[in-house]
Amino acid sequence: MSFSDSIFWVFATTAVVPAFLILFTRSIVRMAFLLLGSLAGFAGLYLQLNAAFLGFTQVMVYIGGILILFLFGVMLTQRSDIPVREKVGPALAVPGFFAGLLLMAALLFIALQNPWKTHPPVPVTEPDTPVIGIKLLSTYILPFEAVSILLLAAMVGATYIARVQAPGAPDGQAELSDSNAEGRLE
Amino acid sequence: MTPGLFQGLQVVLSTLGAEGVPAANAAATVLESSIGLHHYLVVSALVFGIGIMVIIIRRNAIVLLMGLELILNSAGLNFVAFGKYVAADRIDGQMVTLFLIVIAAAEASLALAIILNIFNSLNTIEVDEAKSLKG
Repeated sequence: MSFSDSIFWVFATTAVVPAFLILFTRSIVRMAFLLLGSLAGFAGLYLQLNAAFLGFTQVMVYIGGILILFLFGVMLTQRSDIPVREKVGPALAVPGFFAGLLLMAALLFIALQNPWKTHPPVPVTEPDTPVIGIKLLSTYILPFEAVSILLLAAMVGATYIARVQAPGAPDGQAELSDSNAEGRLE
Repeated sequence: MTPGLFQGLQVVLSTLGAEGVPAANAAATVLESSIGLHHYLVVSALVFGIGIMVIIIRRNAIVLLMGLELILNSAGLNFVAFGKYVAADRIDGQMVTLFLIVIAAAEASLALAIILNIFNSLNTIEVDEAKSLKG
């Protein structure tokens, strides 16, 4: 086993094992950090696949962004009177486990049984980042613009949905907007 | 057992260092590294199944979202692996995963905003208890 191969096994273990441990952890904060480990493993696998730009994007967006978002969500949605624990539905644990196992087996069967037309990986001669940048603004210009509009819409929508509402307001009719917040509070 | 499946298992076993398992010819002729497309597909399938389990078993909405991220990541890994080993241009697979990461970020922020709203009106984020249609 060459050195590069053993690196793959390290990253593959880092990706799969913490994800599996999420199933058996009770604390949500601990789950978030297990997810961090799994996503870091995926970033390493991207690096192993010669996708350096993608690997570092994964680190920045997922580990730096989404995970912090999750931790914020955990902090904002926990009441102080109950511990940060999570119940596991006893009725769904067994069928859920077997449903996941079934899907896993089906995917493994397809992945291993299908005769993929693989070719030897082309050696990387130039860095990815300039190629990706040029492709983003030429071949992929339409999805690029669509995604930028989607991000704007998601940002505005998330801000609107999560806006601060007055404590006793019935169904969000009297939410505090920026313009009249002070007047309402008096 | 079909020949392809057997070969794939051989690839996995031989790289795991199992004694007496001959290295599969397909993987050996590709390049000197014994890591091939199958390995990444196996990792992706495992994480996908785990994500499904998390979504079905857990009842906390934020943990559900974590399972969703696992599933999206496994799909992205497949795209990059197929881009490297099957597609004509390896950048194409990376582009799809790049867009996937962006969309996952947008989805996570929106879903967390909705979860915050549910928590504000129902005082819980257990998905089993959020069953009334009128907030």
